[in-house]
Amino acid sequence: MTSVQSAVHARRGMAASRRLAWLMLIPAAAVYVFVVVWPSIQGAGFAFTDWNGLNPVKNFIGIANFQKLVSDPQALNAISHTLIIAVTITIVQNAVGLLLALGVNAKIKSRNVLRVLLFAPAVITPVATGYLWKNLLGPDGAFNQVLGAIGLGSLKRAWLGEQNAAIWCICLIIVWEFAGYSMVIFLANLQGISAEVIEASQVDGAGPIRRFWSIIRPELAPSITINLMLSIIGGLKIFDQVWVTTGGGPGTSTETMSTFLYKNAFQFGDFAYGIAIAVVLTVLVAILSGGQYALLARQNRGDN
Amino acid sequence: MLGRYTRATALLEVVMIAVTLVFFFPLFILVMTAFKKANDQGSSLELPREFTLENFGIAWTQGHLGNALVNSATVSVLSVILLIVFSSLAAYPLARITRAWSKVAYFTFLIGLLLPFQLALIPLYQTMRDLGLLGTIWALVIFYVGLQMPFSIFLYTSFLRALPTEYEEAASIDGANLWSLFWRVLFPLLRPITGTVAILNVITIWNDFLTPLLYLSGSGQQTVPVALFAFVGQYVSQWNVVFAGLIISIAPILIAYFALQRTVIQGFASGLKG
Repeated sequence: MTSVQSAVHARRGMAASRRLAWLMLIPAAAVYVFVVVWPSIQGAGFAFTDWNGLNPVKNFIGIANFQKLVSDPQALNAISHTLIIAVTITIVQNAVGLLLALGVNAKIKSRNVLRVLLFAPAVITPVATGYLWKNLLGPDGAFNQVLGAIGLGSLKRAWLGEQNAAIWCICLIIVWEFAGYSMVIFLANLQGISAEVIEASQVDGAGPIRRFWSIIRPELAPSITINLMLSIIGGLKIFDQVWVTTGGGPGTSTETMSTFLYKNAFQFGDFAYGIAIAVVLTVLVAILSGGQYALLARQNRGDN
Repeated sequence: MLGRYTRATALLEVVMIAVTLVFFFPLFILVMTAFKKANDQGSSLELPREFTLENFGIAWTQGHLGNALVNSATVSVLSVILLIVFSSLAAYPLARITRAWSKVAYFTFLIGLLLPFQLALIPLYQTMRDLGLLGTIWALVIFYVGLQMPFSIFLYTSFLRALPTEYEEAASIDGANLWSLFWRVLFPLLRPITGTVAILNVITIWNDFLTPLLYLSGSGQQTVPVALFAFVGQYVSQWNVVFAGLIISIAPILIAYFALQRTVIQGFASGLKG
């Protein structure tokens, strides 16, 4: 067979086999539709009913659940806490992650060991890190003892037990756990920057911060986009760390959308209201992640 | 960044080591506290006056951690095997067929990356109840296979798109049908990304808390995070025992992480590109 004939033959064989290839989608599509697509559509519909989870009868009540939500100070409270957490960790976690990445990307001898250690908290069960920090931030915890040891004993307090401190403690826990995650993504990007670009950044006469900003930062656009998306979405959905450290308290000072949703649906039995909160959460995720994506895409176009 | 090891590099090295020590300090306290006797009067910053293993014994038996570890491992392994088979199969038409339906299907899967699972959680809870799956680990396996499908398909499809088609063409000259072409020729070529899919999904599934809290509540079955939650509720003031329990629960995943650290870190870093 000539090579032309065999190529034609191969293409014909490929075409024949590809005609049936759609069958390969079926198992994945079936599970995906059952677990994600159909329940999400159902959920969006149930948000307009008075379903309580037990009664098979669901009455259509229009936007009553959403009207209740916007006039419910507890719900608005939960939304604002969720936004505070999402914005805080997006800024702090990525700033810390970037500094760590720049540090371990330098020619220091310990860089491989440090990278492995700094990423370790990100693989630990969030429930476990929540309990660890609950102890560390407790009245007799290590945090207060360190404060005492360095002469700041007057600052000691039950950090998670105070209304205006608890939410920042939760941000601290999340940043501690996931800064290494941001670092790893920045690092992969930094390692892909060509030597010429880095040399250019060193030859250029400007100061180090200015050089970083004008030469390195545009190169980091892909990792910045991914990191911001991950931390915004992760922050908006946050549940575990809050549930095990404060349960939404003290008072309602750390109630987030996920803890509020859980309480309403599974403790108070108001499934439809819980789903309405989930719908608002979905819309927030779409707006914030889509918005930041569009913003960064526009900025990157401006740079080039 | 490039160049020789200068005095500035040495200074940076010291700073970075100090930062890492501060980062690791909570885990140091975790280990120290778990080895302390209940009547140890020292502050939590001090080493144990006397080392003991008794906290681990109490945590293991009272926390039912053995059973929970088996459940977590079963759920993770079953889910990951199904995810690998289903998502690699689906990635083939999504990556190789350029017709409109293939693009629509791929896009539909990718929407799942953004959708918060809280939305589907409650209606699915009722469906699982109606099917009698609530309280069994099967509810979790089905849930995770569906939930992690978009991410797994995304990883496989991106990898396949970058893979040349020569192997498939050579195999179809030899008259291989689609099924054997996929499993005998393509699937072995996907091994690097299969490793990434397995690792990232095991970590996510092992650590998940809200889903098993809901879907297993009231049954005797527990996964590790839920067992910890129930256990800490009982031993709330006995931190030595609680910390021993935390160490037992995170040990399998940490050991796996340190053993496979290069692959894990590369997976987390590269899998999210695109």
